[in-house]
Amino acid sequence: MEGGNQVQLKDIARILEAEVLTCEDKLNCTVEAACGCDLISDMLAFTKEKMIVLTGLVSPQIIRAAEMVDLSGVVFVRGKRPTPDIIELSEELGIPIMCTHYPLYESAGLLFAAGLPGWRHWPRAVGGSEDAP
Amino acid sequence: MRLEFPVAGRDFQAAGGAAQKIKRTLRQIGIDAETARRVGIVAYEAEMNIVIHAFSGKVGVDILPERINVFAYDQGPGIADIDLAMQVGYSTAPEDIKEMGFGAGLGLPNMKRYSDNLVIESEVGCGTSIRAVINLPTKEGS
Repeated sequence: MEGGNQVQLKDIARILEAEVLTCEDKLNCTVEAACGCDLISDMLAFTKEKMIVLTGLVSPQIIRAAEMVDLSGVVFVRGKRPTPDIIELSEELGIPIMCTHYPLYESAGLLFAAGLPGWRHWPRAVGGSEDAP
Repeated sequence: MRLEFPVAGRDFQAAGGAAQKIKRTLRQIGIDAETARRVGIVAYEAEMNIVIHAFSGKVGVDILPERINVFAYDQGPGIADIDLAMQVGYSTAPEDIKEMGFGAGLGLPNMKRYSDNLVIESEVGCGTSIRAVINLPTKEGS
């Protein structure tokens, strides 16, 4: 992390001007990396704990997949709003979700500039850069 | 110890529920987080393959002292060319499924990626069965 700063979920919410919809008690959790994806299998292949996902895919399966990989949170981009069943599932499984008006590309750029790496630059990624999407 | 759950084709509301129960049970009985994550991913992909492609099936795990075996079998169309299905990006999922974020052609490759051994058997017009082995970490290595 740039300058040794630790990024927390609340920093991500602030940087992306995002509205936190669930699990506000986890806003102090540390996040080490991020991934932008709209495909469930990409998410399963290239994310793990201490990561968040930025996505434009509004589906309960995003939350189910997030639980499989122990994700730290999900950010819905470009103003997309999760449906009540997604919010309910997120609360049940304890996966924080937030919404930002920024599109995917700009959301990713803002977080990268703030020092949050992607899979390729994250030392704990499985397989490292050789394995990156 | 065996866990086994029925999976219904095209039921996207319940989809992922079996893998979730499997992963949660593994954590509750003290399986380490990384192994539970790998089993969860393999079971989830297997479950989603049944939901997307088959009429019905089952997914489950056998929990053994040194490893966890994930199994899935279905009644469905089967896979005509397993080598082709294993290729990243190859998918026969219909467009409406792709709009839901599936059908990227990564399901079987993901199962291979997160398991120590993967065996797929299929008969066109009958169904498909999958067995994946995930070894538990050795005491020295964990």
